[in-house]
Amino acid sequence: MDKIKPTFSKGGKLGFLESTFDAFETFLFVPNTTTVKGAHIRDCNDMKRTMIMVVLALMPAFLFGCWWTGAQVGLEGFRAFFYGLVRVLPMVCVSYIVGLAIEFYFAQVRGHEVNEGFLVTGLLIPMIFPVSTPLWMVGLSTAFAVIFGKEVFGGTGMNVFNPALLARAFAFFAYTPSMSGEAVWYSNWTMMGAQVDGITGATALERLASSNADVLAGKIDVASMGYSPLDAFLGMIPGSFGETSTLAILIGGAILLFTGIASWRTMVSVFVGGLAMGYLFQALGVTTYPAWWHLIVGGFAFGAVFMATDPVTSAQTNKGKYIVGLMTGALAVLIRVVNPAYPEGMMLSILFMNALAPLVDYFVVEANISRRKKRVKLAK
Amino acid sequence: MSNNMKYLTGPFSANNPVIVQILGICSALAVTVQLKPAIVMALSVTVVTAFSNLVMSLLRNGVPARIRIIVQLVVIAALVILVDQVLKAYVYEISKQLSVYVGLIITNCIVMGRVEAFALGNKPWASFLDGIGNGLGYGMILVIVAFFRELFGSGSLLGFRIIPESWYMTEGGFYSNCGLMLFPPMALIIVGCIIWVHRSRNKDLQEK
Repeated sequence: MDKIKPTFSKGGKLGFLESTFDAFETFLFVPNTTTVKGAHIRDCNDMKRTMIMVVLALMPAFLFGCWWTGAQVGLEGFRAFFYGLVRVLPMVCVSYIVGLAIEFYFAQVRGHEVNEGFLVTGLLIPMIFPVSTPLWMVGLSTAFAVIFGKEVFGGTGMNVFNPALLARAFAFFAYTPSMSGEAVWYSNWTMMGAQVDGITGATALERLASSNADVLAGKIDVASMGYSPLDAFLGMIPGSFGETSTLAILIGGAILLFTGIASWRTMVSVFVGGLAMGYLFQALGVTTYPAWWHLIVGGFAFGAVFMATDPVTSAQTNKGKYIVGLMTGALAVLIRVVNPAYPEGMMLSILFMNALAPLVDYFVVEANISRRKKRVKLAK
Repeated sequence: MSNNMKYLTGPFSANNPVIVQILGICSALAVTVQLKPAIVMALSVTVVTAFSNLVMSLLRNGVPARIRIIVQLVVIAALVILVDQVLKAYVYEISKQLSVYVGLIITNCIVMGRVEAFALGNKPWASFLDGIGNGLGYGMILVIVAFFRELFGSGSLLGFRIIPESWYMTEGGFYSNCGLMLFPPMALIIVGCIIWVHRSRNKDLQEK
């Protein structure tokens, strides 16, 4: 490795590929460069290790998604898991290849290092898409998200919006029929004896909304999501590939919190915000089902654990994290309940709060400055 | 290149009203869902800018500076009403699609901007050419945006089907139109891309 390095350095034969070489070298080995200027926290973690921890934390939800994809089409045990894995791997590959190709290209043109942010994004994207999404849509959405969500703003660490969610939002608005409805949540590949014909089913969230409307109209007595709360918690409900199992997501969340990568402030306040808004609606009589159902259906848990805690797009100050978290949760439930066009509000609410996070940070910092100024005046 | 040619061709690229001066964005987002209305809109704006420039240039020595804005508005409004009537008479369907945006040419910054900035200080022929140039420069962007939006949003161009029906998912194919193209935000992103490409080719336009 060290022998071929000079070939790729400035002035070397393949000097124009410096970024690419650097990316692979630091991916495989701990880099030997150290920070020389300024004060830095000494820590054995660099961004690559951080990102790999997030990928690890995503694994429980990913593995569950594989099994559940197979189980939905009538397979059992390991065969179900294998079927799901084979089904989703092309999506993962497409999202990685498209995203990394764009990242490498931009890094090379600009002479930046290639960063590992996309390792996480590339895995998140297939997990928040319905499993039957055509591959070209995954690729196009990834390209859109990486170019317009990330590179336009200056690459990793500069993005205003979470790239994975941006990909989902692009696909949702551009190809609505493939992203919502009854049939898209199931795999449509006939292999290994899967029964794929004619299985459809609305997500628990959609059923919740429609049955709630029926209760309010007096047609039925009790609202239901069509699945037991335990099924919803374990993840045995239709939904995007990796978002159904609240349990698996919480295991991932625990890994993130234990390693200190994600902020518990954001995570907790998203849940609190969503729950508070849910109880408010319940008290007002707008919803007739228990408020905590909101937390176990749809992408709420996934968004709270993996999306809202994104260190780049979330608020930077501690107080800001509480505020942004609470508002994300509250907005998600607000959109779910009040806007009939979008049964799932988590995506829109996180993107919206991404846009507002710098503003919240600004006011938190300003408030701190004015408080300190007052203290100075009192001391005088 | 003679001065007159510069007036005519300058707004096509180096001094484009939409992508360099960032004027007239509103209508560029609103009327570009399909190619046909975009072309009609482009021609209408060209006619209005050209003739309002011509008329104001002819009047430039007789109009007191204090009331010049009112006079400009009268001239522009009269021209826009003329264009509106012509559109209603000959291309009624498209005129209906364009709806209020024909009337809103009056408030298009490009028209008033060219009259203020150019016609009041230049001779009629030069002003006329400048009006045509700016109208066409604006129209060019409109047509490019509408081309992409109609092709990827509806799968057709000028109403003719380009992407075969059999490709669509509803017909058993693999393709699906990009619904986002029908929304104005996508038009803004396309305009952004045009600016991106344009700036990277014209280094002198890049901000430091």
